[in-house]
Amino acid sequence: MIKAILIFNNHGKPRLSKFYEHYSEDTEQQIIRETFHLVSKRDENVCNFLEGGMLIGGSDNKLIYRHYATLYFVFCVDSSESELGILDLIQVFVETLDKCFENVCELDLIFHVDKVHHILSEMVMGGMVLETNMNEIITHVDAQNKMEKSEVRAASEARVLSIIILI
Amino acid sequence: MPAPIRLRELIRTIRTARTQAEEREMIQKECAAIRSSFREEDNTYRCRNVAKLLYMHMLGYPAHFGQLECLKLIASQKFTDKRIGYLGAMLLLDERQDVHLLMTNCIKNDLNHSTQYVQGLALCTLGCMGSSEMCRDLAGEVEKLLKTSNSYLRKKAALCAVHVIRKVPELMEMFLPATKNLLSEKNHGVLHTSVVLLTEMCERSPDMLSHFRKNEKLVPQLVRILKNLIMSGYSPEHDVSGISDPFLQVRILRLLRILGRSDDDSSEAMNDILAQVATNTETSKNVGNAILYETVLTIMDIKSESGLRVLAINILGRFLLNNDKNIRYVALTSLLKTVQTDHNAVQRHRSTIVDCLKDLDVSIKRRAMELSFALVNGNNIRGMMKELLYFLDSCDPEFKADCASGVFLAAEKYAPSKRWHIDTIMRVLTTAGSYVRDDSVPNLIQLITNSVEMHAYTVQRLYKALLDDISQQPLVQVASWCIGEYGDLLVSGQCEEEEPIQVTEDEVLDVLEGLLVSNLSAPVTRGYSLTAIMKLSTRFSSVNRIKKVVSIYGSSIDVELQQRAVEYNALFKKYDHMRPALLERMPIMEKTATNGPSEIVQTNGETDSTVLDTKHPPTITQPPSQGNDLLDLLGGNDVVPVIQTSLPTKPPSAGGELLDLLGDLSLTGAPPPAPASVPSVPMSQPPFLLDGLSSQPLFNDIGTGIPPMTAYNKNGLKIEFMFERSNPNPNIAVITIHASNSTEADMTDFVFQAAVPKTFQLQLLSPSSNVVPALNQGNVTQVIRVLNPQKQQLRMRIKLTYTYKGSPVQDLAEVNNFPPQSWQ
Repeated sequence: MIKAILIFNNHGKPRLSKFYEHYSEDTEQQIIRETFHLVSKRDENVCNFLEGGMLIGGSDNKLIYRHYATLYFVFCVDSSESELGILDLIQVFVETLDKCFENVCELDLIFHVDKVHHILSEMVMGGMVLETNMNEIITHVDAQNKMEKSEVRAASEARVLSIIILI
Repeated sequence: MPAPIRLRELIRTIRTARTQAEEREMIQKECAAIRSSFREEDNTYRCRNVAKLLYMHMLGYPAHFGQLECLKLIASQKFTDKRIGYLGAMLLLDERQDVHLLMTNCIKNDLNHSTQYVQGLALCTLGCMGSSEMCRDLAGEVEKLLKTSNSYLRKKAALCAVHVIRKVPELMEMFLPATKNLLSEKNHGVLHTSVVLLTEMCERSPDMLSHFRKNEKLVPQLVRILKNLIMSGYSPEHDVSGISDPFLQVRILRLLRILGRSDDDSSEAMNDILAQVATNTETSKNVGNAILYETVLTIMDIKSESGLRVLAINILGRFLLNNDKNIRYVALTSLLKTVQTDHNAVQRHRSTIVDCLKDLDVSIKRRAMELSFALVNGNNIRGMMKELLYFLDSCDPEFKADCASGVFLAAEKYAPSKRWHIDTIMRVLTTAGSYVRDDSVPNLIQLITNSVEMHAYTVQRLYKALLDDISQQPLVQVASWCIGEYGDLLVSGQCEEEEPIQVTEDEVLDVLEGLLVSNLSAPVTRGYSLTAIMKLSTRFSSVNRIKKVVSIYGSSIDVELQQRAVEYNALFKKYDHMRPALLERMPIMEKTATNGPSEIVQTNGETDSTVLDTKHPPTITQPPSQGNDLLDLLGGNDVVPVIQTSLPTKPPSAGGELLDLLGDLSLTGAPPPAPASVPSVPMSQPPFLLDGLSSQPLFNDIGTGIPPMTAYNKNGLKIEFMFERSNPNPNIAVITIHASNSTEADMTDFVFQAAVPKTFQLQLLSPSSNVVPALNQGNVTQVIRVLNPQKQQLRMRIKLTYTYKGSPVQDLAEVNNFPPQSWQ
């Protein structure tokens, strides 16, 4: 089971944080800080696996991370997940983001946090991997976005109509 | 009120903040605006406000006032609102708040919504944070959706079912019928989540597991799917780096592992496919390796044939040579898991593993170290130890403690010779001395005492090490103890193993005194050196110097040192005649329990032989005016060995009564509870202490030829004495009493007490029971030990109390007819 998914930049500022187990707000922030501390110490050419920090469950849980440019993608998992598999999952996640945002960069993640959450919830649900096929994920995300857009358009059309009627 | 700003605006504004304080100010302003907007119950902008709130929550600011708003959003008809509302619910709410129960109805409606995405949202939220009450209420809906033909919903329902099962395990049965055709799906997403669901069910319930094995014929189905995945050509939609849906393959392999574990039939059915996967998968990319890794784990876990196992270990060996650190890490982890079962196969890769010790990566080093210790055996001990000692030299401090413990353990188990053992220990002490665990000091001391022929060599080496460096406390402690014990060997230059060095008594005393005054020495170390100096007073001739040193420390601020010094002074002054006996060489100590770690990840070894703790060897915490002082050496320490037992029902005051009755005989009949008795009855402790230490049986020669005797025979109660001699101390006679009852009624509450003359000492152990069954159906036995140092004739007065047919009976008797052999 995946316990948490964190994305933060090289200075430790969180760009996305999703916890699949309950922690209090303070603990969540502390976990983010502790994880950043652990992961940023790592050299570039060491392996991508770490024991989890104390707050997130100690040595039972592992941190599997990947460093892309200015961002760290960290998945905190317990022993039932395959470490190499999770590495692949991170790769698929990033590629999906890339497709959705067209050459994704940190700014995209900053300004569209909610969209990233929606993409993530198509991939991981309740701490378990839901879908790994990039095309499937993107299809559904696009469809939902379209639904949203049509609603917004309908709402603004309604407003315009009501204004015209008033005049 | 102007329209609330968009999320994008907010983010942009916050990013312009230069300091944390500025950011906090902006956020507080925005929070206030959001709060007033919520109060206005504005439907149009609620979604925007909650989105902003979630962003602020991610940055770490409190956002709980938005929880109810999320609920309102969920209840709205618009998809946009629902989306943000559910996201907010997942991030802000949890089962500890009662608010979440209000969602249940909304989710129920949404699960039956016409739009699949709304249903999807509801499933997702339920699967992430549904509490057990919610799960119970909505399990039916989830089960319905599990049977739908819409693959998008089906896969979500499957994972939601997993969550429901985790929260409410009793509902597992409910999902069983729906799982029947899950595996015949074409859609990989559904397949994947179904396998997860099946895995969860099998892991949770052994009944389910056997059901799936037998009735559903799960294994053939899975094997078929896996085969299709491997055999089918390139399919663009599932392809990841050239392999067809590796995630699904990995999941299936994992499920196969659970199904095949300890089940021969299933294991047989999967042997072929596992071999196929293992040989056909490409290993150039991470995905291939992920699949291979999973395959290896499965092979090791099920009852596979040996050829397959060897294949698996070879794959792991190949992994070890891979350049990719991740692969090596993963290989080391799995080898660690399999080293217990397939020891020989793993041995083949020993050299690669040892090479990994030199890797730069901390995680890999740690794994390699653990694995190396697991691989040490009698054949490779010398080579491995060389590598491990080299590793100990150069590794980070966080490893040193574990490594040192591991080295000690391995050396203890497989040392080819005593000299090698001592050399190894010396090496560890000098390189990683300060990281060694505290209880290794007594272990080492015991080891050194036991290797009698190496005393001179050991003390010489330790002395030389001390000359170099006195900062590592365990080394210094062991060294000073040895010098104290074997200083005479050092000075006389008797070493056979290597070139003896020329040391004078004064030089030795200089070194020891140096330890006492040095700032580097811990208080414990100072104690060791003071004691060592004292011991040398019988081995060296420069007694005056020693006397001076000891008297100086009589006024030391450290209480421990002061006490020792004062007592040693007293030894010099008033009890000089006892000094040689007291400071004699220590006898060889036997181990009574495993001292030290049983594994590297250690549990503190118990030492009920803390009495062997030689931290204070000649500490005299009682007034020196006792006879049997040699034995006092080990007596009177903080830990009382548990040989002293008390009679089952009699209160300690019984001893007092008997004492009154039997004026001239001294009594140790009814021993009071053990710890309290130590200060009051110190005399009886020492001889039995030594017996307790040697783990020899109490009765060494059964049938020493001393005939048993009947001590008492009245009113149907017969008490017989059987004699043995206790080997280590011929002054102790061990008597076992057998009480039998020839009347028709049981004798209950039976208590046996004994008193002996002052020149003897007596110890009673606890009886086997306090009911003597009627008609000689059984015996009550109790062990008495009598110390008879002056070899006088043994006399005993015994008192028996029991309850017979409801009334208490008491009787006294004298036993004088001991056979002469029992006390001579």
